[in-house]
Amino acid sequence: MEKFRGVDYYGIEGLLSEEERMVRDAVRDWVEAEFLPVVTEHHRAGTFPVSLIPRLGELGVFGATLTGYGCAGLNNVAYGLIMQELERGDSGLRSAASVQSGLVMYPIYTYGSEAQKEEWLPAMARGERVGCFGLTEPDHGSDPGGMKTRARRQGNVYVLNGTKLWITNGSIADVAVVWAKEDDGEIYGYLVERGTPGFSTLDIHGKFSMRASITSELSFQDCRIPLANKFPNVKGLRGPLGCLNQARYGIAWGAVGAAMACYDWTLQYAQQRIQFGKPIASFQLVQQKLVWMITEITKAQLLCLQLGRLKDEGHVRAQQVSLAKMNNVQMALDSARLARDVLGAAGIVDEHPVIRHMMNLETVNTYEGTHDIHTLIIGRDITGLDAFGM
Amino acid sequence: MKILVTVKQVPDTATQVKIAPDGKTIDPTGITWIVSPYDEFAVEEALRIKEKRGQGEVVAVSLGPDRVKEALRSCLAMGCDRAIHLNDPVWATADTLATAKALAAAIKQEGPQLVLCGRQAIDDDMGAVTAQLAELLGWPCAYWIMEEAIDADGKSVRAARQVEGGLEVFDLPLPAILAAQKGLNEPRYPTLKGIMGAKKKEIRDVKAADLGWASEPPQLSIVGLQALPPRPPGRIIAGDVPTAVKELVRALREDAKAI
Repeated sequence: MEKFRGVDYYGIEGLLSEEERMVRDAVRDWVEAEFLPVVTEHHRAGTFPVSLIPRLGELGVFGATLTGYGCAGLNNVAYGLIMQELERGDSGLRSAASVQSGLVMYPIYTYGSEAQKEEWLPAMARGERVGCFGLTEPDHGSDPGGMKTRARRQGNVYVLNGTKLWITNGSIADVAVVWAKEDDGEIYGYLVERGTPGFSTLDIHGKFSMRASITSELSFQDCRIPLANKFPNVKGLRGPLGCLNQARYGIAWGAVGAAMACYDWTLQYAQQRIQFGKPIASFQLVQQKLVWMITEITKAQLLCLQLGRLKDEGHVRAQQVSLAKMNNVQMALDSARLARDVLGAAGIVDEHPVIRHMMNLETVNTYEGTHDIHTLIIGRDITGLDAFGM
Repeated sequence: MKILVTVKQVPDTATQVKIAPDGKTIDPTGITWIVSPYDEFAVEEALRIKEKRGQGEVVAVSLGPDRVKEALRSCLAMGCDRAIHLNDPVWATADTLATAKALAAAIKQEGPQLVLCGRQAIDDDMGAVTAQLAELLGWPCAYWIMEEAIDADGKSVRAARQVEGGLEVFDLPLPAILAAQKGLNEPRYPTLKGIMGAKKKEIRDVKAADLGWASEPPQLSIVGLQALPPRPPGRIIAGDVPTAVKELVRALREDAKAI
């Protein structure tokens, strides 16, 4: 197959600024040259190319929308394009960048003390230090408000007890942003450094999805952390939800990247693969699948762009982010499944990127608010009626 | 030390070039424009010299229409300090000598100690401008550079150029011109911060009049462009292996004259 050619059926390129295009192209070239040559071996081994983290830092991907602390200060459209290009490589790559930027650096930047910012943000921007985000628990996924993890003040420390599950980058992280309840029943955020006694991690194996990404369990058993490690400026569920809103925004763009990868690959394959004496792209049923993909991708691209412009103007609502996350991941998953179908038997081997994207997208559909939960968020927003059973 | 890098904007290597209806130019629709890859080696080397010496200025210069600004912006994003855009309709038909004359005029105004170029642009592959510049400026010049080292007091440069089977090493007094070969370095990616910073850097528009450059007709004119003839189809030799091998050897010897 030829090198990825980009997917732009509607001249959306012309709606981007020169700077936004340059950012996208820089990340696209990086993914092509540095990441794609190694993704298959990592996917097979179930490992993440950890050595690329500082390289991503050098490029300026981490915390790219933040200003100061060595961050690039990009707008949200440029950030979205970065996520798109990273996930064109692999959802695991985008996840690593999403977590570091949206779920770790963002809360430190937004809720943290100046000392916390100084300590973590510049090193994280350079990719020298890695963070993870602990919200989900074994018994509390879609209802984080029911979390069991507790933080109790004892003299000059907080003592943490509980378990967090499905944590991207958990075991390679230098610091975990952990959300826990105190005795007042409110949720607060804490920074827990790797190596703190009572804090341990365990990787989750046997994954069929997100194989080129590390997923861990975090365990806290009488884990004592300094008082200064608590976020001073946030209280309640809005803390973690504010972070998730950042990450979901990135996912909405990222999913488009995965779909673009599947589409471009499959189009080329269908034009080259001969059956019954002609390219399979000449058959109506194959064309129907390709047309469905390009139509949905184009709609999703426009959705992302307007979402990004709203975010840059400061007018975006969380429910609008939910709609884009919900729609774009579903269309990407459906596109990947169609693409795999068009590839026939070739679609089940990792010589082609399609099945890797397809399996990854099952995770993307679930994490950071499942498709169903986002549906209910939008349902509540438009009807004024809460269908969460509360 | 002030270093000037000449860059040319060219169609992306992956572009399928089509000849325009006039038969003399290429059809620009759908072309993605990039900085010619050999020029990227030149930019990278200039930035490394500046970083190694801890001071200096790197100026990127390009001649061409408005779209060339995008190429210059990429150079600024990589780390060049400022850029000069030779942007005037009179240069629309510039051949290599006219280009070299315009660049030489700009170089005289800037007065750099070193000029770095790519060994050739990857569009028309002429590879002439560097030598013409050296001639017009009266500076020493070396092509196909694989290594370079400037002496501590900035008076001369030792440059190694690629020759068959090895390197040929020169000492050139500065100011001098070097043309970069692939392998000189590995160009950096523009960082996202670099891209953000690039918009604050200056791209100075220079007209022919600003250089005191009198219009002169190009000495080369393009008569026509021809696409490569389509490749003749391959041939499958049928039959059992001993017969097929005999036929293959015969075809290689008599038809293709390859053995």
